[in-house]
Amino acid sequence: MNSLRIKYLALLLIVTAGCCFSLPSEKNKSSKMAYIAGGEFTPLYKLNNGGSNVIVKPFYMDVYPVTNNQFLEFVKKNPQWRRSRVKQIFADHFYLKDWQNDTTLGIKVDGNSPVTFVSWFAANAYAKWAGKRLPTVNEWEFAAAAGKNKPYAADDAEFNKKIIEWYAKSNGNKLAEVGSAGSNYWGVYDMLGLVWEWTYDFNSALLTGDSRNDSGTESNTFCGGGSANATDVKNYAAFMRYGFRSSLKANYTIQNLGFRCVKDIR
Amino acid sequence: MKYNKKIKIFFAIFAAGVVITASVFFISGCEKTYSSQVRGVEYAKLTHAPLVPPPITRNHPTKVIVNLETSEVTRRIADGTEYNFWTFGGQVPGEFIRLRVGDEVEFHLSNSPTSKMPHNIDLHAVTGPGGGATSSFTAPGHTSVFSFKAEKPGLYVYHCATAPVGMHIANGMYGLVLVEPEGGLPPVDKEYYVMQGEFYTDGNFGDQGLQSFSLDKALKEQPTYVLFNGAVGSLTGKKALPAKVGETIRIYFGNGGPNLISAFHVIGEIFDKVYGDGGTKVIDKDVQTVLVPPGGAAMVEFKVEVPGVYTMVDHSIFRAFNKGAVGQINVTGAPNTTVYSGKQKDELYMNPNPVNQNEFWGGIPDANKPGTGANLSESSSGNSNSIENIKDMGKNIFSMTCQACHQAEGKGIPNVFPPLAGSDFLNADKERAIGIILHGKQGPVTVNGNKFNGVMPPQNLNDEQIAAVLTYVYHSFGNSGKTVTKEEVNKIRNQKVVSFK
Repeated sequence: MNSLRIKYLALLLIVTAGCCFSLPSEKNKSSKMAYIAGGEFTPLYKLNNGGSNVIVKPFYMDVYPVTNNQFLEFVKKNPQWRRSRVKQIFADHFYLKDWQNDTTLGIKVDGNSPVTFVSWFAANAYAKWAGKRLPTVNEWEFAAAAGKNKPYAADDAEFNKKIIEWYAKSNGNKLAEVGSAGSNYWGVYDMLGLVWEWTYDFNSALLTGDSRNDSGTESNTFCGGGSANATDVKNYAAFMRYGFRSSLKANYTIQNLGFRCVKDIR
Repeated sequence: MKYNKKIKIFFAIFAAGVVITASVFFISGCEKTYSSQVRGVEYAKLTHAPLVPPPITRNHPTKVIVNLETSEVTRRIADGTEYNFWTFGGQVPGEFIRLRVGDEVEFHLSNSPTSKMPHNIDLHAVTGPGGGATSSFTAPGHTSVFSFKAEKPGLYVYHCATAPVGMHIANGMYGLVLVEPEGGLPPVDKEYYVMQGEFYTDGNFGDQGLQSFSLDKALKEQPTYVLFNGAVGSLTGKKALPAKVGETIRIYFGNGGPNLISAFHVIGEIFDKVYGDGGTKVIDKDVQTVLVPPGGAAMVEFKVEVPGVYTMVDHSIFRAFNKGAVGQINVTGAPNTTVYSGKQKDELYMNPNPVNQNEFWGGIPDANKPGTGANLSESSSGNSNSIENIKDMGKNIFSMTCQACHQAEGKGIPNVFPPLAGSDFLNADKERAIGIILHGKQGPVTVNGNKFNGVMPPQNLNDEQIAAVLTYVYHSFGNSGKTVTKEEVNKIRNQKVVSFK
C-alpha cells in the first residue's frame, strides 16, 4: 500500500511539472493533477448491453475544479469565448454572468473560486486548450465514489449523508475557493460539496442521442421509473447527480455548475 | 268602477309577473348553456395556502397561462427549527392552481437560478406520459413550457417527479390543481387550501437548528414531522382559518405524502358533503373522517353552527399529538345552545358500585381482595380485643385513608374539608359516621357552625377496619371517646335503606 502511494505521488509530481509547462503563466496549485488508479465500477444505471459493471482505466484528474482565474486566462487567449462574442448555440445568455466584463472578473467573483456559468462547449474548449479533456461520467463517478480514506465509499451511510446534505441546500451567494470542500482518497479536492461539474458524456446515461430530443430513455428519470433500471436504488446521491446531468443541454450555463479536466496516461 | 280598477291592477301585476318569470327563466336558461369552445387568454391567479383563487365564472374554456417557479428555500418547520424545503412557489404546499374543464393550459415551469437541483412537475390533471414531467424537466435558471388540456374535472395533486422522486416530494414539492366542472362548484362562504405532507429529519421532533433530510427515516417511512401546510403551527393560533357562525366552509384537502395515508378529521364537525377521491361529485354526506392517500385529494364541506375553535387533525392521532398534524378553524358568532350547550355542570362522579375506591383515593389496599390488606388483618388478629391495638390499627388506616383530606390532627381544611377534631357532627351520631364511611356523603353539611358542601367518596374498608378507624378518631382530637365495634359496622352495612342526614 505504501509503495503504491509513493508511486502515485511520483506520478503526481511528474504530471504537475507537465501542467506547469503547458500553462506557464499559471503558478498556483490549481493546475495540479492526481493519479486515479481506475478499476471496475458499477454505474447507477445499467449499460445498454444489460451489463452493470464498467472498467475505468487509470487517468489523471485535476486536483481542483477550474477556477475563474484559469478560465480568464483561457478567455483572454481565445477571444471567441469572451462573453460578448460567444455564440448562443454554444452558451446561453447567463454565460460568465457574474464577471464584470469580457476580461475582468470584478467584485462578484473570486479568482480562486470555481468558474461557473460555463457551458459544456466552453468547458470542452478549455480542456482542449489546456491539453486535457473532460472526464466521462464513469471516470467522474469513479473518482467521486472515494471517501477520505478508501477508494469506494458510496455504500457508506455517513459519506452519503454528507453529500445529500450539500445537495439539499440551495446555493449561497458566493462560492468558496477551490480546496474548501476537502480531498478524497485520490487526493482530488471538492468532488462533492462545492459545485456540480460537467462531464464529457453528461447526457449519455439517460438519453439515446441528442439531448434536445425529448424522448427515449429519458423517461427513466421520472418518478418510480427513476428506479427501474438502477443498480442501487438507495444511492440517492448518485440519483441526484444523474438527474441533474440529464436536465442539462450543452449550451446551458448554471450558477453552480463548473468543471475540471482529466488527461489520459500516455 | 272600483271593482274594475282592482281587476285592472290585478291583471297588470299578473302580466308583470309573467314577464319577470319568463325573463328569469330565459336568463337562467342562458346560464345553463355552457360552451366547450376555447375563447380568450388569461393568466392563472395562483395562491399560497391556505388561500384559494376565486371561483371561475366563465361559461366557456379559455387558454390559461400558468407561471410556476420551483425554488429551494430554508424556512421554519417548527419553532427554532429550519429545513431546506424544495418548493413550488417558495412555500409548502405549492401554489394553488384553479382551472375550468376544457381549458387549454400553457404551463411555464421555471427553476430558480439559485436551485441546486433540476425539477419538473407531474400534474395528476394531465393526461399524457409523466403528467407533464417528461416535458417540464428543468435545469436551474431555465424555464420549460408545455401545454395540456384540462379534460377531466377534479381536485388533483401535482408534484415534482425528478429522480430521486421520493426526496423531491419529501422536501415539500407538491400542491393542488382544481379543474372545475361546467357550471363550477356550488357556491360556499369560505374556501381554504390545506395540504398534508410528512418530513424526515435527522434530528427528533423539535430538535433545534437546521435539520437535514434523513434518507434512513424516509426509507423506513418513519417521519419526524407530519404537517398541514408545511410547518408546525401554520394553521393554529393567529393563523387559524377564520369563519363565522352559519357559514359553509369548503376545504380543498390534499395529501402530498410521500408515504402516509391521511385520516382527515375536524374535531367537533361532521362533513356535510364529501367529494371523495378528488372527484367533483358528492359521494357521501355526514361523514366524520375522510381517507386521503398520498397523491390524492378530497373536498369537504360543512356548515359551522357553533362558535369556537375546531381542530383539524390526521386522526392517526399520534401524528396530530406528537408530529404536528394539527390545524384550527376559528368560528366566531353568537352561541347556539340548542346545537351545543357548552358545559352545563361539573360534579364528582360517585361510583354506585365501588370496587377499588381506596386505591383510587390513594388509600389502603382493597381489604376484600385476598392477598391484600393482609397486614392489617394479621396485626389485629393477635390481640384484637386490646383497645390500644385497635387504635393503632385505626391510626394506620386514618393516615392512609383519611388524613389527606381531614389532615393529621383531624382539623380539616376550612371551607373545603370538615374537621373531625372536636366535631359536633361526628360526635352526635356514631351510626351516621359509620354510614358515611360506608357510603360516602355529598352535599351541604354544617360542622361546628361552619358550612361545607363537598363530597366524600365511599371508603372500601371492611367492618373491622371501619370500626378501628372510627374508634381511633373518637379517641383522638378531643373527641367523645366512643368505641365502635365491627358488629355495629356490620349492622349499618346490612341496612337496605341508607339514611344520609
